[in-house]
Amino acid sequence: MGKTMIQKLFAAHTAPEASVEPGDIIWLDLDVRTARDFGGANVVQNYREHYGDAPVADPTRTFFTFDLVAPPSNIPYANNQQLCREWARSQGIRVYDVNAGIGSHVAIEEGLVHAGDTFVGTDSHLNLLGAMGAFGQGMGDQDIAFAFKSGRTWFEVPPTMKVVLQGTLRAPGTARDLTLAVLQRLGADGALGRAIEFHGPAIEALDLAGRITLASQVTEMGGLIGFPISEAIPSSLLPDHDADYIESIEIDITELEPLIACPPNPANVHPVRELAGKRIDSVFLGSCTNGRFEDFAAVAAIVKGQQLAPHVMATVVPATRRVYAQLLASGVLETLFEAGFIISNPGCGGCASGHLGMTGKGEVQVSTSNRNFPGKQGAGQTYLASPVTAAWSALRGEITVPEVRA
Amino acid sequence: MRPTQITGRLWVLREAAGRLYNDIDTDMIFHNRYLHITEVTQMGPYALDNLKGWEDFARRARPGDLIMAGSNFGAGSSRQQAVDCFHALGIAAIIAESFGAIYKRNAINSGLPLVTFPGLTEVASRFESGDIVTVDFCTGALIRNGVERFQAQPFSKVQLEIYQAGNLFEYGKAVTG
Repeated sequence: MGKTMIQKLFAAHTAPEASVEPGDIIWLDLDVRTARDFGGANVVQNYREHYGDAPVADPTRTFFTFDLVAPPSNIPYANNQQLCREWARSQGIRVYDVNAGIGSHVAIEEGLVHAGDTFVGTDSHLNLLGAMGAFGQGMGDQDIAFAFKSGRTWFEVPPTMKVVLQGTLRAPGTARDLTLAVLQRLGADGALGRAIEFHGPAIEALDLAGRITLASQVTEMGGLIGFPISEAIPSSLLPDHDADYIESIEIDITELEPLIACPPNPANVHPVRELAGKRIDSVFLGSCTNGRFEDFAAVAAIVKGQQLAPHVMATVVPATRRVYAQLLASGVLETLFEAGFIISNPGCGGCASGHLGMTGKGEVQVSTSNRNFPGKQGAGQTYLASPVTAAWSALRGEITVPEVRA
Repeated sequence: MRPTQITGRLWVLREAAGRLYNDIDTDMIFHNRYLHITEVTQMGPYALDNLKGWEDFARRARPGDLIMAGSNFGAGSSRQQAVDCFHALGIAAIIAESFGAIYKRNAINSGLPLVTFPGLTEVASRFESGDIVTVDFCTGALIRNGVERFQAQPFSKVQLEIYQAGNLFEYGKAVTG
């Protein structure tokens, strides 16, 4: 029997004689180990408690990335970040500080991770690294403290499900709409404890930003990791033709219409047209799911020369400092600013409660972020949609089905 | 050796409509506004305080109690606090139809017993908060009020080994020396 991609990747990171069939427990070598400002201080605390002043396994493969409360908006988080900084200094570990942006995206841009690598940290959306063919995984602070010290951890080899996307994405459809279509089909636990391989022409046509959008939402499907099978995957990792899948499903996106996830969870997906006309108060553009340059460029193309609806407060949070630089150099930033957007420094933005852009009771927000669980972004109601749907909605001041301009 | 069979008072997490709660995510268990807390002993009061209808759980729970929920318990983020807050309260085990993958790891690594009970949703009406439930981690046998028997999944090998070692750190030392 052949092997799936996760089996091949795991086989290259464990003892040569180890079996990597689904359900097997293996010791997995971890190429890169990270922590961020959420969980980071707890990692340090666990590390000190169990290992004292002992050095980490390899400081050149260990990093901190501060991305959530950046810069800190209260003293406890400022304290936690400073505690991590000082400990990192004592260990010779590099810190990507509050100016850098979202850790997973920084890792891609800075070349900290490559196709075929294993990468862990205290961020449940690290699995978006599947977009470039790496195994990224969010873990708790005990797991990460252990990984800092040992450079590996135990892992149960997951079964793989195959999702084939047929058809071609057509405007105004975006990678986010394709992702929402998969969420609609799988639900919040349709991939529970599984790896996913995404196959098909619609997947091969996605750029890196689009693959990141899809891979980041595998967490919301209950999955461990999703690999969009594309040219980015080295041939040595491509699944065998006779690989064994626990389930195979096909989704045809030929007739895909713009979709939106309503409260109370990201899998509560409906066509945008069912909600068209619902008045909104705010828009959030960014997060690890839709915080790339391409996402903001798509918005700029729609709002150029126009003003947002006067009652809509709309915020742009680039994923990283490098994305911010691209926005500046290309003129996209200026277009968004002139349309009325609030432009924030890079980071996770509204995903961290208590930080930038919370919603109040009764507030309706359209967001390109990744979760809309009750209370996550505040007391209001969050609707998750593509940057294109969010842009049209921000202009009209109500949930709007995007139009295709000739 | 830690006990592999425990008995405790049950809390059945139901929605207002009476259904077993599914997809309880880590922001409902331990909201991100408390994530600056690093001391496990201080995490207890916030357990489930963002879960509608269960905001006062931490005040009602007693050490040794058991929790029961539906599918995908612990969905969402990787925060360890969503596990540690139950350690702080002395919760003896969580029984659910299924668990979020990262949550499951975090619980196993810290020695918090999770009992996966496929089919729980179909028999959930048999359970009430206040029931006294005995669960055997090695066999998966579950007994309600001393009479009614159910079958959940036993612990996996690695889960039992980490549970007996105490946590991932002790397990790692035992396995790799």
